[in-house]
Amino acid sequence: MRVLAAMSGGVDSAVATARAVDAGHDVTGVHLALSAAPATLRHGARGCCTLEDANDARRAADVLGIPFYIWDLAERFREDVIDDFVDEYAAGRTPNPCLRCNEKIKFSAVLDRALALGFDAVATGHHARLADGRLRRSVDQAKDQSYVLAVCTADQLAHAMFPLGDITKAEVRAEAARRGLAVADKPDSHDICFIADGDTRAFLTRRLGERDGPIVDAASGQELGRHHGSFGFTVGQRRGLDLQRPAPDGEPRYVLAIRPVDNTVVVGPRDQLAAHVVEAERVVWTSGQAPAGDLECDVQLRAHGMTSTASVRVDGHRVVAELREPQTGVAPGQALVLYDGDEVVGSATITAAHAAVPSTLGQL
Amino acid sequence: MPYLDHAATTPVLPEVIAEITSALAERGNPSSLHASGRRARRRVEESRETIAAALGARPSEVVLTAGGTEADNLAVKGIYWARRAADPRRRRVITSSVEHHAVLDAVEWLAEHEQADVTLLPVDRHAVVAPEALRAAIEADPGDVALVSVMWANNEVGSVQPVAELAAVAHEYGVPFHTDAVQAVGAVPVDFAACGVDALTMTGHKLGGPVGAGALLLRRDVACVPLQHGGGQERDVRSGTLDVPGAVGLAGATRIAVERRAEVAARVAALRDDLVTRVLAAVPDARLNGHPTDRLPGIANLTFPGCEGDALLMLLDAAGVECSTGSACSAGVAQPSHVLIALGAGPAEARGTLRFSLGHTSTRADVDAAVAALVPAVARARRAGLTSVSA
Repeated sequence: MRVLAAMSGGVDSAVATARAVDAGHDVTGVHLALSAAPATLRHGARGCCTLEDANDARRAADVLGIPFYIWDLAERFREDVIDDFVDEYAAGRTPNPCLRCNEKIKFSAVLDRALALGFDAVATGHHARLADGRLRRSVDQAKDQSYVLAVCTADQLAHAMFPLGDITKAEVRAEAARRGLAVADKPDSHDICFIADGDTRAFLTRRLGERDGPIVDAASGQELGRHHGSFGFTVGQRRGLDLQRPAPDGEPRYVLAIRPVDNTVVVGPRDQLAAHVVEAERVVWTSGQAPAGDLECDVQLRAHGMTSTASVRVDGHRVVAELREPQTGVAPGQALVLYDGDEVVGSATITAAHAAVPSTLGQL
Repeated sequence: MPYLDHAATTPVLPEVIAEITSALAERGNPSSLHASGRRARRRVEESRETIAAALGARPSEVVLTAGGTEADNLAVKGIYWARRAADPRRRRVITSSVEHHAVLDAVEWLAEHEQADVTLLPVDRHAVVAPEALRAAIEADPGDVALVSVMWANNEVGSVQPVAELAAVAHEYGVPFHTDAVQAVGAVPVDFAACGVDALTMTGHKLGGPVGAGALLLRRDVACVPLQHGGGQERDVRSGTLDVPGAVGLAGATRIAVERRAEVAARVAALRDDLVTRVLAAVPDARLNGHPTDRLPGIANLTFPGCEGDALLMLLDAAGVECSTGSACSAGVAQPSHVLIALGAGPAEARGTLRFSLGHTSTRADVDAAVAALVPAVARARRAGLTSVSA
């Protein structure tokens, strides 16, 4: 097969590319330039798409003896990932930009272009297993990235290749060293690639402007403090509330809800954060076909952790999951990913979470 | 493998490799006073005389540098500083909008850090600067002009500028004139004395010599402040231990390229014309950029509407055909060519452009392979263009 390998400049994609070459594919490396103004050097583990990353990717491609190019996707990335990220926060939701990047950039813009140019597949360094259209968790549970890939449709997965799914991160590094790839001990990247300093709230404030509003207690309706923009908060968040007065019961407060309409952040005690029922929409079934009926399966509600067994009712493009183990901090905008064991069944975007069975459930 | 990127760099002539190799084996710093130094000095001075003779200059006018970018920077910044020092009003640099970045960015740096004012001369649709445009630019205030710099021939589209006429206009106002002739030497006739310019940049690796060896031909009466300071070599304008093998290679390549110029240029131009004719026949909406007749023999710059140059380049590379998009690379990301933008192309057109450049080793088989690979590549890139990753 003619394979286009997306090479970020990190160790994972370098080893994934090497494995695609070893498998006998005709591989071309591409570094995606996603930043409108790429910095010259990395700062620790943060940031991405610096000139240094591009050079690391090129160097790895040279070692592997494959052609290498840089594709400028900064404009698409800005529209589909960064602007979407800002819009979602402005609407009171908590987006996952890595998931959006897989959905809209890597397995859409890049894949479409690759197919048009005569490639058969796009390979990436994601930690997940893919065989016969079945997307499964990586053998390395700690590094598993199936959650952010679950948004991919069957058509997208049909042209995807994840050569790292059956090895651990430690094995990836060892393999990189064995292959003489200079990125073998390059630090992992963390946080959001387009927020180089890691300060999401400051980034959002720059984009959306400061908008002062109240922080109110869910039970009493009492104003406990002020904030500079409801977009700076995530459901389940405790730190950074800076409440001017303690809650009536003296317990710590958590963000329960964000109401962008009146720029209000609603807080309450931890026990009110527990979600028993999670509603989600825009469902994608990995097999391409919706299941015949309701499901008993596992769900994951955040990129790392927050898993539970659940009864899932399917209603067209919507799903409602009743969690066996209630989860705290379920945030609208994140993905609800359905797993059968370690296999991804589907993914949907969380719209609401409830402590108990919502009244709307009766209408299903 | 069909190599159609001679304007980027061209293979070193076998005779030159032999001369450089023998020079590398010799001992001695040309500035030393002992026998080894004298032998090295003799090699450098003979090289200087060879370069001067090939280009209509005097040996004392040849300032050896480590390449074209250095020579351009030395001329633009050095002459600017010297002219401004003589009269603080002289802070304006007049150049064209289609210069190589070695000139454009040096001028921009002067504007940002040395209070220079910049006048960018417009070009016509063939990338040519009109002498009247230069006259009008100088006339705006003849007393504030530090220097004029206009390239001899454009590296992307190949158009040749009326350098002698432009230099004459500058001299009417007593303004020194520099030209970047990196692409011109060995491709079109270049005579330093006859053309009347005050400073001329040339480099080895565009004419069959080594990378890292170039020269600024600089008239003795033109003051130029050095960029680098040290041992005072090269008339105190360019300090640094002289590179004997580099000078030998530069001289050998210049001599051969100039000697064989007429014959090679005729052959290369015929191949280039054949390439253009066949590409335009196979891809009827493709367009040839640059001056139709007054142009370098080896360059064919073609726009393929609906295609991304990057995609074409990748597909041709996969087919073993090597060319260039002619676009500059900024922070690893290809930018639309400023030359094509100056010719009036939109960003999409500018991005859909390839530069094929032929040279002394080019053959008919190279042209055949390029045409054969290009037709399916254009069809494919057009399909990919519809799902273009950037507008």
